[in-house]
Amino acid sequence: MKGWMGKFKVLSLLGLVAVFLSACGKENLTALDPKGYGAEKSFDLIILPTVIMSVVLLIVMVIFTLALIKFRKKKGREDFIPKQVEGNQTLETVWTIIPILLLIVIAVPTVIYTFDLADEADASNSLNVEVTGNQYWWHFNYEGQEIQTSQDLYIPVGEKVYLNMISSDVIHSLWVPSLSGKLDVNPENENTLYIQAYEEGVYWGKCAELCGPSHSLMDFKVVVVSKEEFDQWVADMQNFDPEAEPESDLAVQGRELFEENNCIGCHAIGSSPVAIGPNLTNFGDRSKLAGTEEMSKENIVKWLLDPEKMKPGNKMTNAYPKLNEEEASLIAEYLLQLSPSEITPEAAGN
Amino acid sequence: MSTAIAQKRSFAAVLWDYLTTVDHKKIGKLYLYGGGFFFLLGGLEALFIRIQLIKPENDFISAGLYNEMITMHGTTMIFFAAMPLLLGLMNAIMPLQIGARDVAFPFVNALGFWLFLFGGIMLNVSWITGAPDAGWTAYTPLSTSSPGHGVDYYVLGLQISGAGTLMGGINFLVTIVNMRAPGMTYMRMPLFSWTTFVISVLILFAFPALTVGLFLLMFDRMFGSAFFDVALGGNSIIWQHLFWIFGHPEVYILILPAFGIFSEIFATFAKKRLFGYTAMVFATILIAFLGFMVWAHHMFTVGMGPVTNSIFAIATMAIAVPTGIKIFNWLLTLWGGNITINSAMLWSLAFIPSFTIGGMTGVMVATSVADYQYHDSYFVVAHFHYVIVGGVVFGILAALHYWWPIMFRRILNEKLGKLAFWTFFIGFHLTFFIQHFLGLMGMPRRYWVFLEHQGLDMGNFISTIGAFFMTFGVLVFLYNAIYSWLKEEPAPQDPWDGRTLEWAVAQPVPHYNFKQLPLVRGLDALWIEKMEGNGKMTPAEPVGDIHMPNGSILPFIMSLGFFIAGFGFIYQTDTDFAYILLFGGMAIALICMLIRSLKDDHGYHITKEELEKEAD
Repeated sequence: MKGWMGKFKVLSLLGLVAVFLSACGKENLTALDPKGYGAEKSFDLIILPTVIMSVVLLIVMVIFTLALIKFRKKKGREDFIPKQVEGNQTLETVWTIIPILLLIVIAVPTVIYTFDLADEADASNSLNVEVTGNQYWWHFNYEGQEIQTSQDLYIPVGEKVYLNMISSDVIHSLWVPSLSGKLDVNPENENTLYIQAYEEGVYWGKCAELCGPSHSLMDFKVVVVSKEEFDQWVADMQNFDPEAEPESDLAVQGRELFEENNCIGCHAIGSSPVAIGPNLTNFGDRSKLAGTEEMSKENIVKWLLDPEKMKPGNKMTNAYPKLNEEEASLIAEYLLQLSPSEITPEAAGN
Repeated sequence: MSTAIAQKRSFAAVLWDYLTTVDHKKIGKLYLYGGGFFFLLGGLEALFIRIQLIKPENDFISAGLYNEMITMHGTTMIFFAAMPLLLGLMNAIMPLQIGARDVAFPFVNALGFWLFLFGGIMLNVSWITGAPDAGWTAYTPLSTSSPGHGVDYYVLGLQISGAGTLMGGINFLVTIVNMRAPGMTYMRMPLFSWTTFVISVLILFAFPALTVGLFLLMFDRMFGSAFFDVALGGNSIIWQHLFWIFGHPEVYILILPAFGIFSEIFATFAKKRLFGYTAMVFATILIAFLGFMVWAHHMFTVGMGPVTNSIFAIATMAIAVPTGIKIFNWLLTLWGGNITINSAMLWSLAFIPSFTIGGMTGVMVATSVADYQYHDSYFVVAHFHYVIVGGVVFGILAALHYWWPIMFRRILNEKLGKLAFWTFFIGFHLTFFIQHFLGLMGMPRRYWVFLEHQGLDMGNFISTIGAFFMTFGVLVFLYNAIYSWLKEEPAPQDPWDGRTLEWAVAQPVPHYNFKQLPLVRGLDALWIEKMEGNGKMTPAEPVGDIHMPNGSILPFIMSLGFFIAGFGFIYQTDTDFAYILLFGGMAIALICMLIRSLKDDHGYHITKEELEKEAD
């Protein structure tokens, strides 16, 4: 009976913590519910100093409150002149030494974790993805796999994936709060961050360094799938034939327009390394349009008619001939059927 | 020139007086007016930011304008509100506190002010054609590639005002080293003067890094150099180092004077000597010293490697030790005292919990691995507002209430003071406490919009409500200032039963401050005399002629010259016509320098007879 009660207590405590954490933001976005190695390490070092410093804050507040209650000017004592104390060596030593000790408790794991998260020893045996930050989208090149994609980063669950990141323009910062802390994406040198997700799902990624008007719209997703699904996805992407004829007539017309307007000059379909604009190979599978908008034909048309409205300051505005609504709709038809794989964010989300 | 107080002068005469003044008290007021104006401007920008973020995907202001808003808010608040307000207080009070008749270089003092003002105006003129939009940190290459002239205004505005600040710092240093009253040894100096001294050293060493950075940025933007252009072999990270080598000490330039202010106020209203004075002085120096060793903690996510990150993490944590010493010394100053709680004291008391939270999150963000999550998120926004508002702004407001009688000869209304305090205090915590959580819940900083269904709605809404409370508090304070001026009686000389020299000065403060320089016999010089029953300072010299500097319009014209030249620099990229402004402006400034250098100006003397006559 006692054992059952004990278990119950632990469970209910865990439940409480879970409720508290889930109240702290959206799942797969919040850093307070870590689901990856980096995020977990950071979380540990969020909790430890919070606890220690809260105790310090509590002590300060107790002394502060007591001092105010006890020593506030009282009736009949208005002219009382307190003893002019110069100091107290013992006290001063105490409140110098104790903080030093507390800080050592925080500093030691900080250094250990800092080195741990920078350890890239097994990079050569792992999946490496070359990440390019652009105003305002992300390009992913799976090294040695001939897969190029944008905006949705597919990775296998449980495995370390190395992101070798560089920027094509200004500084960006890649942040997937639930999986890992952030790392800047600089124009001059490659920065390497590894992520290792514990659970399948679709995770929100953000740009965390001011990069222009649409900084807040530079979202992307990390799609974490099982190893088998990932292999399937890789095979599907590699086997994708960009030359294949679309099934519907409308899409065929859309494709013609796509070629006529030289969209292909910036947007590659297939494994071509052209990446002036996002690679569109699996555009139809994308979880979001332009990072934040719902993926729908309507929205694509809106985008094609006036990208500036959805993403101020983007590089596509005025870089292509004006389209009318019908043309935009046909192109949307073509883009939406670009879906090389069954493995999609939707499937991973479930 | 007579020292007789002019009666009912015309507006033009007052204006001319302020344009030409070299009196530290008037310059102090000018700094307060200028800084106060920019504070309101920065506050308005903050309000626009918060209104934009009141609900998800709001379109109150556009994305481009939003970036201009955040950039101008940060730049204005740091360089054109907090800095000048503190410099104003230092100008108004520090010479009185150390028993000096003025600062060492009154002319340079005036020049410093006018450079600051014209720098601030320069920055804000940019609103007409498009304000800077690369953040107050102006990270390259975003700042080098930012279209339009916004960032150019940022560069020139900061460069001009930065020169003024640097002059101010040097001036204070020389003043404190040379002009302390007889008997005022370093270890008898009040904490506010001590912190003024220490931050002047910080200004002297930190601002050149900014100056250099700004010059490089200016050359990159205006003259085709490529210091930060990666494509041409430059390096964009260098800017971040230069900026933060300045930027971190800047934080201490702001907070240390506030520490000084609280030390004065706690001692006065607890009626107790500052606990652990010596420790307080050395903690200040230690914080300032360590402040130069920690800049890269702003760059934990740049990819500097684990060795650098670890070193800077530990160095940063170390600062918590002297800061903790200070907090406990203040608590022990209160302990055993006879505490009066009025508006000045309320702001000071509120500082303790607010700043301790800011310090607590300071240690948290120093923890590099955790900072990978905090960095550039709303957690950091919350942290530095707890430090800057909960520390610096509370300090400035406390100081204004405390020293208002000396500066403006009025005691601010208590009821209004308390109303302003409570609304601002509650608003402050409403606005910023929740932001810690917003950051951890995945809201990056400088986001024009946040999306629906990401759990961020409620927190942002609460935060915006808090901003309105703060606005209300500021408006009540302003009303109080005007109300007191019109309705309250002139304040007595020493309304708080003060401890330090500034309370020994006659009211209204004479142009020359002290008829006879006082003899300082220990820490809390005036308090010692009071306790020994003298009630006033013993003079250290017989009444004699006092040498005073002449006023001059040159600092104003010189600054105007640089201001005009600034437009020349900005627009020479568009049109050769701008060279007229560039060379014309520089010529004005240089001619002023020439006049100043060649024309002897020995000032004037207030004779013994005049002084004695005035006493009657």
